[in-house]
Amino acid sequence: MTAPRQALRVCDVRVSLGGQAVLHGLDLSFSAGRWTSIVGPNGAGKSTLLKTLAGLLPTQGRVFLFDQALQTMDRKLRAQQLSWLGQNETASDDLRVWDVVMLGRMPHQEWLAAPSAQDHAAVDTALKATQAWDWRERSLGHLSAGERQRVMLARAMAVQAQVMLMDEPLANLDPPHQVDWLEQVRCLTSQSTTVISVLHEVGMALHADDMVVMQAGRVVHQGACADAATHRAVEAVFDKRIAIHALDGQWVAVPKL
Amino acid sequence: MTHTSVRWSPLGLALTLLVLCALGIALGSAVGSTGVESWLNAWQDNVAWQIVWDIRLPRTLGACAAGALLGLSGALAQGLFRNPLADPYLLGSASGASLGVAVALALLGGSPLASELLVRLGLTGAAFVGAVLAVMLTLLLSRGVQHTLRLLLAGVIVGVVLGALASLITLMRPDVLQGMQGFLLGSTSFIAWTSCVLMFGVLAVCVVLALALSRVLDALTLGESTALSLGLPLAPVRVALVCVLALATGTAVAQTGLIAFVGLAAPHLVRSMVKAKHNWVLLLSALMGGALLLAADLLARLVIAPQEMPVGVLTAVLGGGYLLWLMSRSQHMRVAR
Repeated sequence: MTAPRQALRVCDVRVSLGGQAVLHGLDLSFSAGRWTSIVGPNGAGKSTLLKTLAGLLPTQGRVFLFDQALQTMDRKLRAQQLSWLGQNETASDDLRVWDVVMLGRMPHQEWLAAPSAQDHAAVDTALKATQAWDWRERSLGHLSAGERQRVMLARAMAVQAQVMLMDEPLANLDPPHQVDWLEQVRCLTSQSTTVISVLHEVGMALHADDMVVMQAGRVVHQGACADAATHRAVEAVFDKRIAIHALDGQWVAVPKL
Repeated sequence: MTHTSVRWSPLGLALTLLVLCALGIALGSAVGSTGVESWLNAWQDNVAWQIVWDIRLPRTLGACAAGALLGLSGALAQGLFRNPLADPYLLGSASGASLGVAVALALLGGSPLASELLVRLGLTGAAFVGAVLAVMLTLLLSRGVQHTLRLLLAGVIVGVVLGALASLITLMRPDVLQGMQGFLLGSTSFIAWTSCVLMFGVLAVCVVLALALSRVLDALTLGESTALSLGLPLAPVRVALVCVLALATGTAVAQTGLIAFVGLAAPHLVRSMVKAKHNWVLLLSALMGGALLLAADLLARLVIAPQEMPVGVLTAVLGGGYLLWLMSRSQHMRVAR
């Protein structure tokens, strides 16, 4: 049996922000075509890790994207292979939804070239997948926070990258659209896309294939979401204030009162 | 949610503004201390022709070009710094340009040879260098453009300090005081054909460069991290945008002095009428700035006719009033929601 291909790998990564160490020598790898969720208490370094994986922060140590060093990769090639959805990402209220999603195609476009038929198709697909198609002509300022979040998700999906990094993608989404997002991620991984997300809702994070559990800038556990060891690690980093149980074939996190 | 504001199509607004500008230029060539007679007799009377061709037309076209440069640079500043309150002057470029002009006047203003040099080069070079250095100093002090508050504070500090230095020069060299006063009040009265050609030339270059960089401004609205993740070379593009901003502001300020609020109000007016990408916002802000300064220039000639009011004073009063109205309107809209 061959080992699964690694989409992203970090070796001894250290990050300091404002002179303070936030990540302390992490070694991690993320299998291609799987969904990994990163969980941990506030200040654990989840978003910093995600930004490091996206190559958005100056870091010590090495990050590899499909075995290529991220720091030395061509900027455009990296942008084509790695899509990023930031926490509370937004755009100008004046931009049309369609134009915002088209920005996701920038890594595939020449500087002054008009969008190609492929760009149009990718934008249309992303808008339909996030049920944002009906507002494509509206300006962003006329949408609610949840609707904007779906547009931003469409923008990240329009990149059609092999790896998608999402920081709190469920923010402002109502339960039906959270379920839609889960289905969308499942659809992406079935097409061999690697998804790595930071989620503070542990119940949602447990739907992933794998989980990275963090605390105080260190990885305390990495394993399958279905593993008992993963559940124990999650309960431990949240000071045993939650308990993970099985309910109707799914894992749920219940607060301990 | 209901939307009561009238929405224009970008092309419709552009054509309307072009027509308004053409109308303003026609009116501008007809209005002045000698009245409309000069315009009517221009073909028969040499003096009348000189008044229309050598005085009124260049100043009117110059006002349009300067307004367009300020409108464009205002839209660039607001897009680049992702702050609707940013205008070119807020980042110290106007004070830098003032200081550049003051230094140039003080150093070269004395000798007849130097004066000739000044006439040939114009004050554009000095104002341009001053504006660029001031914006760079602001960026340096604010350690980048990520922190809006730090950026605005740095801009205020640079503006105050460079303004004080310009004042110090005028105090030490009273002979440059008159030139500086005209500069600080902002005036379109002395725009000649050479200035006009220069401003339109710079405007053409700046519009082309701004349009080429407009997609980056769109991407920057997504936030710095996302713009970087899209593979954009942010650092060199920022430098290019700051250069265009400084060139446009420096050129306008050098030819017309400090004209307030046009750079701030033009993009605001455009955005209240049109929802569009930055390519349209930049182009329309330039046209809106041109139309605004043309209108202000006409008013400045009419308000206390036959005397003339410095156009900078008028734009400051009208622009301040517009901002107050904007603030009260947004408060009303918040209450209504």
